[in-house]
Amino acid sequence: MAGCKAEILQGTLDLMVLKTLEAMGPLHGYGIARRIEQISDDMLRLNQGTIYAALLRLVQKGWIKAEWGASENNRRARFYSLTGSGRKQLQSETESWQQVSSVMGRFLRITENG
Amino acid sequence: MLASIRLILWRLRTLFSSRRLDEDFGEEVRTHLALLTQYNISRGMTREEARSQALRSFGGVTQVREDNRRNRGFDHAEVLLRDLRYALHTLLKNPGFAAIAITTLALCIGANTAIFQLFDAVRIRTLPVKNPQELVEIKLTNSDNRRGSVSRFGQLTNPLWVRIRDQVQAFSGMFAWDESQFNLATSEDVRYAKAMMVSGDFFNVLGVSPLLGRVFTPADDLKGCGATGAVISYSFWQREFGGNPSVIGAKLSLDTHPVEIIGVTPASFFGMEVGQSYDVAVPLCAEDILLGERSRLADGATWSLVVMARLKPGSSLATANAELESVSPGIFQATLPANYPEESVKSYLAFKLGGYPAGGGMSKLRDDYASSLWLLLGASGLVLLIACANLANLMLARASSREREIAVRLALGASRGRLLRQLMTESLLLAALGSALGLWLARGLSGILVLFLDVNGDPVFLDLDFDWRILGFNAGLAILTCLLFGMTAALRASGMDPGAAMKSSGHTATSTRQHFGLRKVLVVAQVSLSFVLLTGALLFARSLRNLLTVNAGFRQSGVVIASLDFSRLLLSPERRVTFKQELLDRFEVIPGINAAAATDVIPVGGSSWSNTVWMDGVESSRRVMSLFNRVSPDFFKALEVPFVAGRAFDNRDTAAGPKVAIVNEAFARQLTNGASPVGRRFWRQRTPREPQTLYEIVGLVKNTKYTQLREDFHPIAFLASSQDPHPDSDAQVLLRSDLPLADVRSSVKRAAAAISPQIVIDYDSLKTVIQDSILPERLMATLSGFFGLLAVVLASIGLHGVISYMVARRTGEIGIRMALGADRARVVGMMMGEASILLIVGLGFGGAMGFVAAGAAGSFLFGLKSSDPGTFALAATSLGVITLAAGYLPSRRAARLDPLAALRQE
Repeated sequence: MAGCKAEILQGTLDLMVLKTLEAMGPLHGYGIARRIEQISDDMLRLNQGTIYAALLRLVQKGWIKAEWGASENNRRARFYSLTGSGRKQLQSETESWQQVSSVMGRFLRITENG
Repeated sequence: MLASIRLILWRLRTLFSSRRLDEDFGEEVRTHLALLTQYNISRGMTREEARSQALRSFGGVTQVREDNRRNRGFDHAEVLLRDLRYALHTLLKNPGFAAIAITTLALCIGANTAIFQLFDAVRIRTLPVKNPQELVEIKLTNSDNRRGSVSRFGQLTNPLWVRIRDQVQAFSGMFAWDESQFNLATSEDVRYAKAMMVSGDFFNVLGVSPLLGRVFTPADDLKGCGATGAVISYSFWQREFGGNPSVIGAKLSLDTHPVEIIGVTPASFFGMEVGQSYDVAVPLCAEDILLGERSRLADGATWSLVVMARLKPGSSLATANAELESVSPGIFQATLPANYPEESVKSYLAFKLGGYPAGGGMSKLRDDYASSLWLLLGASGLVLLIACANLANLMLARASSREREIAVRLALGASRGRLLRQLMTESLLLAALGSALGLWLARGLSGILVLFLDVNGDPVFLDLDFDWRILGFNAGLAILTCLLFGMTAALRASGMDPGAAMKSSGHTATSTRQHFGLRKVLVVAQVSLSFVLLTGALLFARSLRNLLTVNAGFRQSGVVIASLDFSRLLLSPERRVTFKQELLDRFEVIPGINAAAATDVIPVGGSSWSNTVWMDGVESSRRVMSLFNRVSPDFFKALEVPFVAGRAFDNRDTAAGPKVAIVNEAFARQLTNGASPVGRRFWRQRTPREPQTLYEIVGLVKNTKYTQLREDFHPIAFLASSQDPHPDSDAQVLLRSDLPLADVRSSVKRAAAAISPQIVIDYDSLKTVIQDSILPERLMATLSGFFGLLAVVLASIGLHGVISYMVARRTGEIGIRMALGADRARVVGMMMGEASILLIVGLGFGGAMGFVAAGAAGSFLFGLKSSDPGTFALAATSLGVITLAAGYLPSRRAARLDPLAALRQE
């Protein structure tokens, strides 16, 4: 159903932001939001503003850091990048997410079959 | 853990740069929207479309910014800051109220803190030495039956100390000390240094290391050592040597003996007595040289030493006590003095040693003031409660004038909790400001209190620095007061019904009776607490007056005490008696001096000398403890003590002649059943220094007080100076004269110098000595009077406030009544009726509380009972008159209302 976009699961937005920053390097808020939309083929319904709550959370946890720089349209923008502990966090969260998703996948298959 | 700390730090940082962070985030969002708009345009939208589409896909901008603001900092802290700002704003709008509230709080909290400071310094603090909790005092488990001479803190004799030092193993170290004083002056002046005579290990065991030079070691304290060296205190070093570091090696003159200074102790170490600072410490063994014939090192019946020990780390007092108990029999057996009276030998041998915690050191101040400090702390606490009630009333008045504002805010959706917090913030701010100011005041107040404790010429030395206990006490008071005075108003305001409050115009005849209820309760509480304090103040004041006017049996004023020391003349004991009499004869002929007499014991001077006596012929049937004094013939003339029968001492009473005595009426009542004792004889029990002696009574005098003004008259036997078997080379001379002290002083000085310039004289007045003896009573009376007055003033302000408020609230009602024909007297009567009810209920409660509270003060009172009905009646009457006067002012204002104007106001 084309009109019905998926809601973002609680907690997954943080992981997406971390992964985006790992793949793309330093990026401002708009860039991160745009990237997430692109990757998800616009399947996700994302209020772009909510990205800032995630960014604040991650900065407070020390996983990413922010620096001022100039955006492509030459405005002052804050560029976020991964920190060392953020990189470690991303790795462990990726593993646990893969575990959960494989379990969930298996679980759903069983129920379908049963 | 680390993460949460990081979060807290992060949020703390944001707390102080709120505005800048807001702007930064705003810019970030603007950039985002610009980029998004640009992207939309690139997809072919018009500028307008692109912009609104961007806003839509971003979500609510305000919402996002609000979330960011909330999440980046402490929500609570930020709200608190806002509340504080708001509270400050409201207080500044009402500077009068703020000033009254803060001043009242500062005064009361300051007074409480100051008294607690004293309490802390005297009762709670330990000695400023290493691990004071390990210190133990070794003394007799029961010291009642000691014979011989006993000094102020003295517990054991030197022979006992020597045995204990050599035999007891339970401690990591032991030491002994004794107090003394030495004259520093070499001329005829007197300048005493407070001295400690200490055993060799004294400083080591205490853990006090020298600031300069060295302290004593056991090698300094060997028998027969001579005056080898002195350690001086920091304050003495500053006072006498201006803190000069080259003081080591300098000589001090101690009672004319030159003694070298070997060390200075640090400023923190004041000695072993809390409330005093020592000046000079010398080794115990130097006593033989420094005191000469007065040395009692060898005497097993002079109980002048304090023996202390340090527990071994990890060992308990119980183990130490077990050892002390097991060595006791041997030690007492070995030290039994040869001259010990036979009838007391059994109890001497049965003495037991025990260890008692001694980390607080010794303190005469503590002994004198321990319980009065408790009472004062209680009294100042009550004043604080009254002040809180007063403030609560003020806050209630303010809350009701803000009723509309609060109602509007409630109606607009402010939560009650939020409102309560905001109102409490205001109280907290007041309490914090009040207690901070109070802390500042306390510094000055406690200084004044210490001056109060200052006995003539003997300054009190107390460490009054703020420590965590005092700061904690102060902060605790702030929180307590804040809760007490803020809570009622805040609860009431946040709990009100906004609808009702909006409807009421605030001036109707029937408005908010319940407000009155609470305010009345507060006034009743104030009246009753003030009643308790006023009663206490009056009890102490009357008790002091009783002491001041009590008949001591002698005339207290117009007597100068001259303490003469002629030891530098090196007179033989035989010569001393006649020398003293010559001195007295010289003094007596000085114009303006009516009588001169020597006395061993200064009346009401605190020291005492007693012995068992019984009448000759009725052996052992009736033995009585009698006080003793040794006086010269003119003693009774100098003190104006009347004779009932018989004669004064005169030149018939020679050393060789039969021993004579003059007794007082209490002696006669107890020993001769009131029959005239003149001509009869009594025995005085053997003492370590004198054998059992028979005295013939030659005179009977009226009763006099002996150690203190409070005591009942005790039996006293006066012995003749001329028959003194052990005349000392000093004398205390009482001089009766109507001249001022300075005049007496200069003429006595001249007369003494004419005999010998080597005579050293110190002067005092008997009146001062007696005044000093009732210092604790004076302190209680003054401070409780101050608190009582403060309480009454606060209670009057409270009642005045409530009646004024009532008049203001009931203007309409009063207008109607007057329009209907009530006359002014009736209106005044109505308002005063209200005030009287409050007063009577308050007095009722206060009376009951006062009765209980006064019971606790009972032991302080002299000449009246704690339940003295006269005092209670006086307190009730004066409180009633003052508070009713406070209520009358607003009542009269009510009666002056113009009924038309009052009704128009409706």
